[in-house]
Amino acid sequence: MNWIGRSLPRLEDPSLLKGNGSYVADRIGNAASVRFVRSPLARGAITGIEIPSGTVVFTGRDLSGVKPIRPILHRPDYVAIGQPVLPVDRVTFCGQAVAVVVAEDPARAEDIADRVFVDIEGENAIVDLDAALATGTAPVHPEAVSNVLVEGRMKTAGLDTAFEEAAEIVTLELRSHRQSAAPMENRGGVAVYDVASGRVTLTASVQMPHMLRTGIADALGMTESDLRVIAPDVGGGFGQKMSLFPEYVVLVWLARKLKRDVAWIEDRRENFTASAHGRDQAFSLRGAFAKDGRLLGLDADLRSNVGAFSCYPVTCGVEPLMALAELPGPYDLAEYGVRSRGVTTNTCMMAPYRGVSRPMLTFSMERLMEVAATRLGIDSVEIRRRNLITAFPHRSPTGLVYDEGSYLQAMEAAAKSVDLPAFRARQAAARLRGHFLGVGFSVFSERTGYGTPAYAARGMEIVPGYEIVDCTMDPSGDVVLRIGSSPHGQGLKTSLAQLVSDELGIEPHRIRIISGDTDATPYGWGTFASRSMVIAGGASKLAAGKVAHKLKTIAAQLMETTAESITLENGWARVSNSNQATAIGVLARAAYHQSHRFKGLSPGLHESAVYDPGGTFSNACHVAIVEVDIETGGTRIERFIVVEDAGVLINPMIVDGQIAGGVAQGIANALFEEIIYDESGNLLTASFADYLPPTSAEVPEIEIIHMETVSPESITKAKGVGEGGAIGAPAAVVNAIVDALSPFGIQLFELPATPQRIREQLRRAGVATHG
Amino acid sequence: MKPAAFDYFRPASLSDALALLAKYKDDCKILAGGQSLVPAMNFRLARPAILIDINDIAELDYVHADDRGLHIGALTRHAAFHRRVVDGPLGALFSAVARHIAHYPIRQRGTFAGSLAHADPASEWCLLATTLDATVVAKSARGERAIAIGDFFNGTFSTDLEPDELLAEVHLPPMGQGWRTGFYEFSRRAGDFALGMALAALRIEAGVVREARLGVGGVSDRAIRLRKLEERLVGGAASQEMIDTIAREAWASVSPIGDIHATPEYRRDLVATAVKRALTEAAA
Ligand SMILES: Cc1cc2nc3c(=O)[nH]c(=O)nc-3n(C[C@H](O)[C@H](O)[C@H](O)COP(=O)(O)OP(=O)(O)OC[C@H]3O[C@@H](n4cnc5c(N)ncnc54)[C@H](O)[C@@H]3O)c2cc1C
Repeated sequence: MNWIGRSLPRLEDPSLLKGNGSYVADRIGNAASVRFVRSPLARGAITGIEIPSGTVVFTGRDLSGVKPIRPILHRPDYVAIGQPVLPVDRVTFCGQAVAVVVAEDPARAEDIADRVFVDIEGENAIVDLDAALATGTAPVHPEAVSNVLVEGRMKTAGLDTAFEEAAEIVTLELRSHRQSAAPMENRGGVAVYDVASGRVTLTASVQMPHMLRTGIADALGMTESDLRVIAPDVGGGFGQKMSLFPEYVVLVWLARKLKRDVAWIEDRRENFTASAHGRDQAFSLRGAFAKDGRLLGLDADLRSNVGAFSCYPVTCGVEPLMALAELPGPYDLAEYGVRSRGVTTNTCMMAPYRGVSRPMLTFSMERLMEVAATRLGIDSVEIRRRNLITAFPHRSPTGLVYDEGSYLQAMEAAAKSVDLPAFRARQAAARLRGHFLGVGFSVFSERTGYGTPAYAARGMEIVPGYEIVDCTMDPSGDVVLRIGSSPHGQGLKTSLAQLVSDELGIEPHRIRIISGDTDATPYGWGTFASRSMVIAGGASKLAAGKVAHKLKTIAAQLMETTAESITLENGWARVSNSNQATAIGVLARAAYHQSHRFKGLSPGLHESAVYDPGGTFSNACHVAIVEVDIETGGTRIERFIVVEDAGVLINPMIVDGQIAGGVAQGIANALFEEIIYDESGNLLTASFADYLPPTSAEVPEIEIIHMETVSPESITKAKGVGEGGAIGAPAAVVNAIVDALSPFGIQLFELPATPQRIREQLRRAGVATHG
Repeated sequence: MKPAAFDYFRPASLSDALALLAKYKDDCKILAGGQSLVPAMNFRLARPAILIDINDIAELDYVHADDRGLHIGALTRHAAFHRRVVDGPLGALFSAVARHIAHYPIRQRGTFAGSLAHADPASEWCLLATTLDATVVAKSARGERAIAIGDFFNGTFSTDLEPDELLAEVHLPPMGQGWRTGFYEFSRRAGDFALGMALAALRIEAGVVREARLGVGGVSDRAIRLRKLEERLVGGAASQEMIDTIAREAWASVSPIGDIHATPEYRRDLVATAVKRALTEAAA
């Protein structure tokens, strides 16, 4: 029986749907409530903190022994910045935790926090990316006088020639405004102090539990074995919950200091002001095109606003260095020059957010292609056809090696699915009636499932990447898989169970997967970067394969044949070309209880495996059909089509879910969500009244077509698919809007394309609402 | 996001509620549907020392029509208008407008009167009440007074109600079969507050506009009745040309506010569009 490839209902769902999920806030028990007092100003010197008498409040002075959070990149152009867990002398962004209150319940804790008076001598904050780069601004951190925390550059030898020979040079200024991942569950942690052992168990809503343990232990100078980190059910992360945040260090410190249990459940306002943001990027691009539309060279100046601090462990290099390495995307580009900078400002820290830089990269490249196509009089699809990578493996100018993909085929399939000629006819007819429809394409590559080599190349001191999986079959023939990945909504347990089922010949529901507990799982990197199916999947396959091999060896000895002639299926070990078979449960029992009989085999069925791949590229083409109301600037997405190639699909339904969710966040990026600060660094979008994720009314049905290119770079043959939806959608949507508005010659280079921004362009083009 | 401490009363009669209001005045707030007040308290933007929950006062829970018009008691929820509460154009207009207010669950709790008392400039009910000549009935231990809607709103979140007064009823004059209405709203997402909206009601006889009501909301600190433009509409045909003229003049006559969601220029554009579309619907 093949379990791979089936849309098995998620094993995780019954408990979640029946309300039996267990999130951090369900695990507070008798813990005292923790509330952080946050800076009301974006920048300034702390001159005093007044604490109401009779309350339990700690400040940076009390935590003077705690080391700052200071992630390192080993690169000459990286400035390491330390983030104090609670600052003593300065505040660096509005919302930064400056003191911590412990009280009997959350309302009282908030009452006390309200009465803690933080006296700050305010200074002019630097909020805007390009303002931070302007000379003469007082630096955010004295260590980085130019406000640049990380910088990368490269230039290929023939770039200048490419520009000299170009028939058309397209210059673009592109802007992506800041976003929040806005997970449904905010951050939160419960630190439980065990009086007998002195150990602390931190249950927290996180994506990287082992990393959190390392980070907290380092900050507090304790040994990792004195700390257990549990990630229970987690209500979404999207990258925001990867980082080590000061709040978690403080919780463990408090539990040890007070020798009691403490809980912090973040509220939405805190999540908006003080967790992490992303996508605050400004790109200047110059593309050199030949007459036939081929992109000969690309020159880029990429700026990413990384906020006040550097996120641990991936550092503030995550957006700028991803941007530098992956800008060329799916295009066969020979000559490339780039300067990419991570710029610090007095704003909330940047951390990875689903897609990391690539939504903006794809937006930039796809807008570039469209503008070039218009200028050169070439069709949108045709210009891409002339530029997409078609030979594999492909080496990009930045040295990335692309494995087998289907860039061109996916785009052709997408173009076919919308029936372009029919659409153009409908578009023309609609225009006559004053309805403006447009179609937009977005082709991209998604680098997924990369192991240590990719992270090491960035110069990270902490190099993530591999995964270790322990696979144990117990005497009854049931399996426990212990993984270092930390799924939080992806359905990974179901997909892994399907994978392991096929290795071991047992049903998925007999496989239990343990994750998110540093006491119960091997050290691992958690779940992010479209990695878990590829890497944890690969390690699971290898570990289960070893157990399978042992089962076959035992079966062979019992049935007096060779291991090679045994297959495991439907709960049986069968001898091929015979009707001889032994139940797997019988073999499992024998492995434990009759181990003396099996020469050369260790007792039991317990195996471990590691997988550390180089990475594999998924690819996709998104197509949006959008109608624009030229009087309001309002948009409506009529159709959204995704042609996705993520290799072999372990569970197609789960893959479709990942794509649909990603596209919804991409649509958010394209049209709705924007974090806005005022010029003093106060956050103006600190609730869902002002920060606008699209609802089911704004997100259309997502139509998905799959292609399955099998790559040797992934032993499960699956490629990653977690981020693609978010990466491709903004470009497709905005290209469609621009196409819809082509009669007015309007261009858009800013995300999100809000009704107001669209209307502003129309107004400039002389389209009045009142005449 | 936990409210500051408060005391809580849940009177079962209007007179008890009025007695509490008379006693606590500025220190207390009425809790109706809670869909605006509770979020404000959770953000600690509102910190009433005392809450007077009126949800148990059955005598405030009514909506009925008679020959004087429509009477809406303080506890009438938005959702009550999903069905037509009165025959004719008025009932139809109420149900069309109700669907633009927030989302289904919120409409089950939020009240019509609460919307007026809250006085959000982007509230659909405030626009409707302003445009259609509503009267607000305020009651207190001191007695009762009727406030014409034109005198009711003082600005954003501010009304003519005294601290001891309860908004007991809203009254709307009847709208005969000759009336036609139109409503258009632009918001970022389904259920969001309007960035611009307009409501129009026309009584057309033999192709000639005999009476007109026109208002816009979401534009400045309160809904605005465009009386001058109403006058221009009366006596002529509601032609495309006339509608365009009115839209242009609406565009010119408003001086919109700007915020992170919409600049004044953008709101002005939305006003023109909303007026045009509301009038077009009414004239159809
Ligand atoms: C997500 C969301 C979206 C929303 N979208 C919209 C929208 O699109 N359009 C819209 O109009 N509204 C919207 N609202 C607000 C909603 O309609 C509220 O229900 C309404 O504004 C207030 O009515 P309430 O009964 O809930 O009043 P409450 O929240 O209970 O009270 C609001 C204020 O009015 C006072 N008050 C209430 N009743 C009386 C009374 N009888 N006499 C004197 N004072 C009184 C209270 O003391 C308080 O100050 C939205 C709310 C939410 C949460």
